[in-house]
Amino acid sequence: MSMTRRQRTRLVRSAQYAVLGVVLVVIAQAADWGEIRRAFFDVEVAKAQFPDIITTALVNTVIYTLLGFGFGLALGLLLALMRLSQVPPYRWLAIVYIEFFRGIPALLVFIALGFGVPLAFQVALNQYVTVMLALGLVGAAYMAETIRAGIQAVPKGQTEAARSLGMSQGRAMVSIVIPQALRIVLPPLTNELILLTKDSSLVYLLGLSLSQYELAKFGRDALNQNRSLTPILIAGLCYLVITLPLGHLVRRLEARTARAR
Amino acid sequence: MKEAAELDREAPAIEVRALHKSFGTLEVLAGIDFTVARGEVVCVIGPSGSGKSTLLRCVNLLEEPTSGTVLVAGAEVTDPDVDIDQVRRGIGMVFQSFNLFPHLTALQNLTLPQRRVLKRDKAEATRIARDRLARVGLTDKESSYPAQLSGGQQQRVAIARALAMDPQLMLFDEPTSALDPELVGDVLAVMRSLADEGMTMLVVTHEMSFAKEVADRVVFMDGGVIVEEGAPEQVIGAPGHARTQSFLSRLLDPAAARISPSDD
Ligand SMILES: Nc1ncnc2c1ncn2[C@@H]1O[C@H](COP(=O)(O)OP(=O)(O)OP(=O)(O)O)[C@@H](O)[C@H]1O
Ligand SMILES: [Mg+2]
Repeated sequence: MSMTRRQRTRLVRSAQYAVLGVVLVVIAQAADWGEIRRAFFDVEVAKAQFPDIITTALVNTVIYTLLGFGFGLALGLLLALMRLSQVPPYRWLAIVYIEFFRGIPALLVFIALGFGVPLAFQVALNQYVTVMLALGLVGAAYMAETIRAGIQAVPKGQTEAARSLGMSQGRAMVSIVIPQALRIVLPPLTNELILLTKDSSLVYLLGLSLSQYELAKFGRDALNQNRSLTPILIAGLCYLVITLPLGHLVRRLEARTARAR
Repeated sequence: MKEAAELDREAPAIEVRALHKSFGTLEVLAGIDFTVARGEVVCVIGPSGSGKSTLLRCVNLLEEPTSGTVLVAGAEVTDPDVDIDQVRRGIGMVFQSFNLFPHLTALQNLTLPQRRVLKRDKAEATRIARDRLARVGLTDKESSYPAQLSGGQQQRVAIARALAMDPQLMLFDEPTSALDPELVGDVLAVMRSLADEGMTMLVVTHEMSFAKEVADRVVFMDGGVIVEEGAPEQVIGAPGHARTQSFLSRLLDPAAARISPSDD
């Protein structure tokens, strides 16, 4: 009972297709297609979501994400520089910050800023400030490590050339090293932007007014009103409209970096 | 702070006294004394690892000497109170690996340091940059990025970048060692014309014909000390020390040179 290798490969592959076919047939038989269509693809409910899901929810998601990203990038750059400082206490502070915020759930930061700060300090933070801080504080911890790696990837000869021309350490960092480091870390920073886009959904925790709804909160509200999953599906697609092009951009940037080496 | 205004017009361009440099337990410079006069061209030769680069880098304090003093135009650069950025402005440095700023065009490589360090305005920095690029024969490359230039062109931009700062002194660390043989000539021609114009130059090189023709003096280093120095025809033509002789014969004999680590 001998089989050639080719015969055996063919047999195994046919078996795999057969299993897949059986599973599909069983699902098609068992599923209640009418029910599924009503839940996920209710055309009336879908139509009702537009244009608000774009003009309010999608726009707010983008605004929240960019606020958090901008603040996180600035803080992350500062933390990266502290992490590389010659002065040990700066390094320790940066390490403690980074480890802390990478180790706790972003959800906790939202709760702390959204409810903890107003209760403890009797101040109500502006909604946008809260979102910017919450997303940025967590994002900064990740971006700091990315940027630090980027700074260290810039060849030492660059700093030496800058110093030999009479630039101070700080000037060499700002004019020569950081611009090159940011180029190097553009792909991982864009990945961070994708993560933040999804994390911005945590904003739903903060009691928002209608005009401040972002995609997740908007979808959830519409779900309650219509008893249909359709709004959730549309909200999900809206996220993909943002994240898929960004993911494509990351791959292009990575290919460009690979070519430049 | 001691300012450049204090620089002594009469003092030698470089004066090095009892210079020692160790990396951990490795003593790389074991007591160097030498002087470069104004307008003089001095070539430093020697086997790999003999401390040539380290000596050069101690002159503009890219390496901090372990002990000893370095004076540039009379200013003690090893004095902890001296403004080292100020001193470095007057010292151009050219590296083996060019070290052009890859995110800037050739022209921007020349204008950015002028604007940030010398606070020249944009028009003046650009005018000077174009002049220096013309001097190294690269007027048509001003908007090229370093990656778009050949090694020889990159090294000439690097020389122009140093010249744009109006240095009184130029340091060259094996400026042609990373170049394809056919590109070496252009770079050496630029250096030769600089020497002809009276620039003070300290050049680490393995180009013996350049040293012979252009140098006023040749210094042979081995094992962290200066073994021999003098006129090129003396040091290269009729070396007095066995170590110099064996180094030169290895360098000049192509069969031996190929396996010699000293001409990498
Ligand atoms: N930053 C450093 N840390 C430790 N060792 C170093 C460092 N820089 C140089 N060295 C060592 O010091 C010695 C002298 O180095 P240097 O670069 O001055 O030699 P060189 O004469 O320029 O040699 P080459 O012709 O190969 O350029 C070498 O053994 C080198 O490994
Ligand atoms: Mg060297």
